[in-house]
Amino acid sequence: MEDTNQKPAESAQVILRMTGIGKSFLGIRVLRGIDLSATAGEVHAVVGENGAGKSTLMKILAGVHQPDEGTVEIGGQTRSFAHPVEAQRAGVAIIYQEFNLLPERSVADNVFLGREPTRRGLVDRAAMDEATSRLLDELDEHSFGPRHLVKDLSVAQQQVVEIVKALSVDARIVVMDEPTAALAEHEVELLYRLIRRLQGRGIAVLYISHRLREVFDLADRVTVLKDGAHVATVPAADVTTGELVKMMVGRELDAYFPPRAEESAVGEVLLTVRNGGNGKLDGIDLDLRAGEIVGVAGLQGSGRSSLVKAIFGAEPFTRGEMTPARPGNVRAGVAAGIGLVTEDRKAEGLALNQSVRDNALLVARAIGHRSRATVSDLLQRVKLAPPRQETEVKYLSGGNQQKVVLAKWLTVSPKVLLFDEPTRGVDVGAKAAIHDLMRELADSGTAILMISSELPELIGMSDRIVVLRDGRVAGQLPGGSTEESVMALAAADGAAA
Amino acid sequence: MKRAIPIFVVLAGLLVAIAAANPFFLEPAGFLAFLKRVAPLAILAAGQYFVIVSGEFDLSVGSLVTVEVVVAARLIDGDEAMTWPVLILLVVIGLLVGLVNGLVTTKLRVPSFITTLGAMLILSGAVFLWTGGAPRGALSQGFRVFGREGVWAVAILVVVVVAAVLLMRADFGRTLVAAGDNEKAARLSGVRVDRVRVFAFVLSGLSAAIAGILLGGFAGVSAQVGQSLEFQAITAVVLGGVVLGGGRGHVIAAIAGAFTLEALFTLLNLHGISGALEYAVQGVIIIAAVAVGGLRLPALRLSPSKA
Repeated sequence: MEDTNQKPAESAQVILRMTGIGKSFLGIRVLRGIDLSATAGEVHAVVGENGAGKSTLMKILAGVHQPDEGTVEIGGQTRSFAHPVEAQRAGVAIIYQEFNLLPERSVADNVFLGREPTRRGLVDRAAMDEATSRLLDELDEHSFGPRHLVKDLSVAQQQVVEIVKALSVDARIVVMDEPTAALAEHEVELLYRLIRRLQGRGIAVLYISHRLREVFDLADRVTVLKDGAHVATVPAADVTTGELVKMMVGRELDAYFPPRAEESAVGEVLLTVRNGGNGKLDGIDLDLRAGEIVGVAGLQGSGRSSLVKAIFGAEPFTRGEMTPARPGNVRAGVAAGIGLVTEDRKAEGLALNQSVRDNALLVARAIGHRSRATVSDLLQRVKLAPPRQETEVKYLSGGNQQKVVLAKWLTVSPKVLLFDEPTRGVDVGAKAAIHDLMRELADSGTAILMISSELPELIGMSDRIVVLRDGRVAGQLPGGSTEESVMALAAADGAAA
Repeated sequence: MKRAIPIFVVLAGLLVAIAAANPFFLEPAGFLAFLKRVAPLAILAAGQYFVIVSGEFDLSVGSLVTVEVVVAARLIDGDEAMTWPVLILLVVIGLLVGLVNGLVTTKLRVPSFITTLGAMLILSGAVFLWTGGAPRGALSQGFRVFGREGVWAVAILVVVVVAAVLLMRADFGRTLVAAGDNEKAARLSGVRVDRVRVFAFVLSGLSAAIAGILLGGFAGVSAQVGQSLEFQAITAVVLGGVVLGGGRGHVIAAIAGAFTLEALFTLLNLHGISGALEYAVQGVIIIAAVAVGGLRLPALRLSPSKA
């Protein structure tokens, strides 16, 4: 077997060297001057906040994007990939968060997809099965075989299939993008073992994760990116969690936010959750008060969106107490005076082919709300300009679309408004306008709960911050807390920060 | 309404062409005869519009029309006194078939294309079983008057059109279109998506009952009276610029589509082109109309994996 190939014992052989990588999209610079190298058998973690440029950098390595400047060297040779297939042939394998597997096909079919071995013009299934089982054996994976259908495998097992696929093309560089995001606790251990095996084979593993604990468990070196630039590359042993977090987030609050609520302006409790839980949440305690904006922080998969959907009734709580009574569906939530501005405006917030007017009135019409404010008043309240009622919303900018979503809820004067990423995909000017609107709503007595994965926004807007981790409340922080303290709670490394 | 403009232009052109070929068309009697002929299809198109704009299909209306006519003939059997009770029964049958179509589609999650295709076959089979292929009985004079007298047919058509327009302006219509455009957003806004869809199917069933009542008087009793009407209705709706997959198009344009289709058949007839060509013409129209309008089918949910 090829494992027996002799390798230099020090194995300091550099497999990957990316130098001075820069990239712009539509004139916006998303990466500049990034250096990244990896040696055989190394686990190299790449960390940074959302939008730091990790994914773009990895997509350049994978040949999905082409860099505007800088060079990529693999095994000492300068390479430029016009297409992902070229990167794959050069030995780069990427395991995305969303696996690229065909659920209805077998493990072996997936491993050899597009490059099936043939015998006399026919696909040589025996050879495929044999090669696949050999690789599975090497990974010490005996819980499934080459003939199993991918759809019958667990997420962790599917991840193994992706790794086998990478091995079968003799990948020398394996990129893992948030590989633990979808895994259960005990499956993470198995992943660690797999990664050690890849290391043992002299493969360079680039490990992208938000979870700093994993970074310290696995990585030899860590590269920190921030706002598309390279901050530092350090040996993992020489740095603490606190230092790492500081490198990741150390930046000025540059955006404008309206002033926070005065202590006296915060009124009665409008919504409480006690010990709320469902399939994704557990033991949630939460109070929302009139006049207050509460921010919800947490990593991807921590249950932020599930929390607002549970309160709203779209994915209801199945356990615990809630006042007003736990809504079992959306209509009950709306009837109880709760509104949800969804994360994805286009998929969940708006009927894009309908007019501004029809969208603004959708909630009122759906629940047969009689005392309707006139649409022109509503559009004035959310400062939609120009307030053309007959325009189909698909022609509006992201910011204006979001104002229409807001108008939709204002028709029924909700007591509690939940915002899931209210300013995603919205330009700077409209962002400030939406922030102002949210604060105005709070000032007029609405209780607001807000999710944002942009920490500066969350901290800038919130009077209080609830941090979620693994579907539970990890802690609460006062408004104006530092990004470091929020990140530390969210990433479960509180003690170290 | 912008999408609806082309269909009115085409319709006007066809009407002018008909008038040029046959001046009688311009006289009140001639035009009334045309309206009387259009009425059943226009009513079916209105019913089909509700279903299509909500993102579904109703293939069962043709068979349902046949059922309505055959049942009417058998139960009335020439007895004037039976006219009104049977009329009420026909409406109830239409509503019920629509209700079942709607419930199976929304609650059992059978795609409406399959649900209503099944309903179409079941209803055709039932008619054949019940009549043995040759309908028995006869309609009463009181029944036939609706389809035969132009004034009655036009009056019913006007009522249906006005009702359809009002429904589409009401909360029901607006939420129905929103559900057809973006089901998820509608649901998350509190729209009872299933309920409005079921109601759309019920309206389609009702339209088939009314169309059946008109056709019984107009075309007489046969086991083929409703044949292929579902495709004519869908052609008319699509011709009116209503997008398959839901969320776009106006009910008036769908009805105008029915007028256009009928006008086209009339014109072909005037020029001595065989009625047998009607199917081929419809086929060309439906493909061309969709190709021009830009097809937008509902997102296929075949596999859970994302590319």
